[in-house]
Amino acid sequence: MADTLDVKEAEAYDGAEHTRAVKVYTPAVDIVEKTNEIVVTADMPGVDDKSIDITLEKNVLTIYGKVDLDVPEKYRASYVEYGIGDYRRSFTLSEEVDRQRIEATVKNGVLKLVLPKAEAAKTKKIEVRAA
Amino acid sequence: MLFSDLAGLTRRGLGGLNRYGQYGWGGYDAVQNRMKQMQDEMQRLVAGLTERPAAEREFPAINLWTNEEEVMVTAELPGVNAKDLDITVVGRMLTLKGTRGTTEEAKDDDCCHRRECRYGNFVRAIELPYEVDGDTVSAKLEKGVLTVTLPRADADKPKKITISAN
Repeated sequence: MADTLDVKEAEAYDGAEHTRAVKVYTPAVDIVEKTNEIVVTADMPGVDDKSIDITLEKNVLTIYGKVDLDVPEKYRASYVEYGIGDYRRSFTLSEEVDRQRIEATVKNGVLKLVLPKAEAAKTKKIEVRAA
Repeated sequence: MLFSDLAGLTRRGLGGLNRYGQYGWGGYDAVQNRMKQMQDEMQRLVAGLTERPAAEREFPAINLWTNEEEVMVTAELPGVNAKDLDITVVGRMLTLKGTRGTTEEAKDDDCCHRRECRYGNFVRAIELPYEVDGDTVSAKLEKGVLTVTLPRADADKPKKITISAN
C-alpha cells in the first residue's frame, strides 16, 4: 500500500470488480497504537454512520465508505480540487484484536475505530531478575 | 529558464574547446555539469506534470460550482465542528477560516503507525467569479462537507438588452 498519501488517490482494487461506477479514494488515516488498543482515525468527508462498512477478516481490516454522488444540478463545475467518490482502505493488523469489542463511530465525516487488543496479544513485560 | 540555460551552454561550450577543436578538461566538466543541471530541470518539469500542483493540496480542498444566478462552494472539512469555522465574504472574496482539533492525542509510549490527517488552523481565501449578495449567503456543514451558497448580487447579474424596432 502506498504510504505517500499527501493527496488521496484512487487505488486499484485487486480481486473484485466494481458494480458502482464511482471513483474510489484512499482516505487519509491516523493509526495510534496504545497499550491496550489501536485507534484508527480516517478522514472520509461525505460519509456517515449508515454508509460505512468495516470488515475484519483474519487480520485484514477493510474500511469502505459509500458517498452519495449528489452532483448539484443546474450548476456547472467551474473549479475542481477534489473528486467525489467512495473510500476504501485495508490494513493488516499486527496484533490479535478482540473482535467482540471493536467500536466504530463516525462524526463530521471522520471515522474513529477503536480496536482493543486481545488479552493474549498484550505485551507482557518480563522482569529480569538479578542472579 | 531551461531555454536560457541552453543558450548559456552554447556560449560556454564553445569557450571550452581547446585549440585542437576538442573540449579541454575544464570545458568538458562544465558541459557535464550543464547536462546534469538540465537533467534536473527536466525532472522537475516532469514532476510538475505528474504531481498535483501545490494549490490543489491546500486545505481544505474546494470545488466551485456556478450558474448564472449563484455560486456554490463545497469544501472537504473532515473533523471540523461548525462552531470552529468562520466564513466571511467581502466583495468577491470568500474566506474560510477555522481549526481542527486533534481527537486522539498520542502519549509518549504510544506508537504512531500512520499520521496523515491534518490538524490545526487553516485559512483559505477563494476568489469568486461574481460579486455576491452577502446578506443571503447560506452555509451548511454536513458529514464533514461544507456547502456555501452565494447568490449573485443583483447589480452584477447580466442584463438583457432589448433592441427596439424603429
